[in-house]
Amino acid sequence: MKKIIAMLMVAAMVFVFAACATTNDPEVKETVNNDVADTEDVADTEEVADDTADVMSYDEYVAAELDSTVTVETYVQAKQGWWEKDGVGVATIYTQNEEGAYFIYEMPCSEDDYNNKLVTGAKIRVTGTKAEWSGEVEITDATYEVLEGEFIAEAKDLTDKLGTDELINYQNQLATFKGMTVEKIEYKNGEPGDDIYVTLGYNGASYDFCVEAYLTGADTAVYTAVGELNEGDVIDVEGFVYWYEGVNTHITAINLAA
Amino acid sequence: MKRIVSLLLIILTLLTLSSCHGAREKKVFEIPESFDEDKQYEISIWAKNDTNVTQVNIYKDAIADFEALYPNIKVNLRLYTDYGKIYNDVITNISTDTTPNVCITYPDHIATYLTGKDTVVPLDELFHNEKYGLGGSELKFESPSFDELIPQFIGECEFNGHYYAVPYMRSTEACYVNKTYVEKLGYTLPETLTWDFVWEVSEAATAKNSDGTFKINGQKVMIPFIYKSTDNMMIQMLKQRNADYSTPLGEIKIFNDTTDEILTEIAGHIDSGAFDTFKHAGYPANFLNAGQCIFAVDSTAGATWMGSDAPLVDIDEDKLVDFETEVMTVPQYDPENPVMISQGPSMCVFNKSDSDEVLASWLFCQFMLTNEVQIAYSQTEGYCPVTLKAQQSAEYTDYLSRAGEDNDMYYDIKLKATRLLLDNTDNTFVTPVFNGSASLRNAAGQLIENVNKTVRRKETFDDKYLDELEAEMISLYRLDQITTSQGKVTLGALPTGSVILLSCIVICWIGIVAYVIREKIKAKSVK
Repeated sequence: MKKIIAMLMVAAMVFVFAACATTNDPEVKETVNNDVADTEDVADTEEVADDTADVMSYDEYVAAELDSTVTVETYVQAKQGWWEKDGVGVATIYTQNEEGAYFIYEMPCSEDDYNNKLVTGAKIRVTGTKAEWSGEVEITDATYEVLEGEFIAEAKDLTDKLGTDELINYQNQLATFKGMTVEKIEYKNGEPGDDIYVTLGYNGASYDFCVEAYLTGADTAVYTAVGELNEGDVIDVEGFVYWYEGVNTHITAINLAA
Repeated sequence: MKRIVSLLLIILTLLTLSSCHGAREKKVFEIPESFDEDKQYEISIWAKNDTNVTQVNIYKDAIADFEALYPNIKVNLRLYTDYGKIYNDVITNISTDTTPNVCITYPDHIATYLTGKDTVVPLDELFHNEKYGLGGSELKFESPSFDELIPQFIGECEFNGHYYAVPYMRSTEACYVNKTYVEKLGYTLPETLTWDFVWEVSEAATAKNSDGTFKINGQKVMIPFIYKSTDNMMIQMLKQRNADYSTPLGEIKIFNDTTDEILTEIAGHIDSGAFDTFKHAGYPANFLNAGQCIFAVDSTAGATWMGSDAPLVDIDEDKLVDFETEVMTVPQYDPENPVMISQGPSMCVFNKSDSDEVLASWLFCQFMLTNEVQIAYSQTEGYCPVTLKAQQSAEYTDYLSRAGEDNDMYYDIKLKATRLLLDNTDNTFVTPVFNGSASLRNAAGQLIENVNKTVRRKETFDDKYLDELEAEMISLYRLDQITTSQGKVTLGALPTGSVILLSCIVICWIGIVAYVIREKIKAKSVK
């Protein structure tokens, strides 16, 4: 009998240990799953993209109505980030092909794809809805398919397009603006960490630029370099021609002008 | 030898049980007898600002003033401009026990934080502690008493039978109206805006010239009615119509006929171009200030961005249009009984293993309720202080009386927005708080956002669509997984692991008792 009791107790303890080992704050974990995280639910969007959809040229894309479905083949140039929205992983990326550029906002994608497939230069076919938010034309609610091919855009010098109606034709493209004079550097929260608002002057006019913290955060060289600029410095700027109530280029690199 | 083995087994079993019982549990906070001022503390606050550097500076000043009073407490500030990001970061940090000491948050979010055991400190006892509570005798600053907190605002911080937060600032929503355009369209603003009036004027404003520009502004863009927070929109519309949303215990009731009627009504105005949302179009203030919107609904805490002379502007000066701005309550179904949401940041204190550290955090929280901080922060936007002490102070009364003296501190639109909340505090409401209420709120807004997309994409909008939308929202926000509470947080059925654990504990104890009884019987029989 003693042996049986002893065995019973030992067995019970083993179960207790096992149960304790697997108890890892289950309440909080459940809540996290419930409200913000469940990347397992992210569909393999590579299979979702419609292979039969007609791929548009950039001109066709520009001509397409807002809120209509668009399909483009484009190449990843830079990424703002991957995060979870309503429990679904989404990515916001800057893309461009030989004709023009496409900003893709909160496209459902797994974290693994984001890190390993949607790399700079990767070719993707994207189907989504053409939308406009505060002047920025973008593709939303998108699905994608990774294709064979690579293209990395070279920055186009658009200095002479500043202040012209032509500039919007280059929306979202990688561009350079040369000989810009620093007028104002302002941290969004008054201190480093979040976006930096940059006002640069050229030919007597002022233009808004931004160090977008999602794209180039406080740990990047460009963030630091912009933070150290002084009023009156003359610089060459490289970045994506983003739009927010007018042109608001997202800076990716700066150089003090020679 | 057998006895020794048995004794060892019993001790081991007891140790196992006690260690399991305490596994990953945080010490329940107990108020220290006295605050140890010889000890150094480093606490953190995660705070939200409205992309407003003045607010950031007020946090910094408050910290500096507090640290001067308590040199042994260092406060680290982490800034956010989005409540959702604070919420996500806190959730992530709960599992690693690296939460901040204090964070600016919403009760809906705290309800989720509370599902981690002893994560958030209940403040009931702290409120009334003689030495360190509200108005306590040992405080080094003048803190408001409990009775000096605005009852509605502190009431919003009580759920599950405890106070888990203290209000910091309060706001509501306002409709910022381009009165000039309303009158140009031949209408006169009523004393209280109604939905019928807003829809009618908005429809009238969609009329176009032959060249495609809008008659009212001569521009290519006109979105007559833009709503910033569609979750608030749906919640307030339901409340105004006395329709169900959720029960206080967390039963989901939002999917009802009234909701369908509201969505159908909104769909019609999306289709005609009379209505849009922030998520789809952009900030209401930018459209309003450019003369491209007539009714812009946003928080009173966004008032400094509204109007031709707004001190904060995000559009080029050459796009600004001159017009008269009226600040009104959000549209109502029953103008005789206006109802509007109460919102704004609250503060919660996270539990830590060191009770002195928690007390230090609470002292800082209280400091944020002093007149200096309350009045200064409320003046940055259309916020109201949450204490009677601040609201009734000579300084604040003077501030309110100076509306329009300049376009900065005394910007009239901001002060009108503040006045709107002060005059309507009794007409405000909040939605029930439970684990999952944040998800329900998101679903409420997403209903409108999805309808907006569907209509604009020329997809079918009918009863079948509404049924599918309901199912989609339930699935996306896991509304079918929310368990109702009975005054306490309940977490549904026990997980299998817990059932096994508890069963094993019971078996252990049965074994122990059986063994002891058997040994006693055996000892007696030997005697």
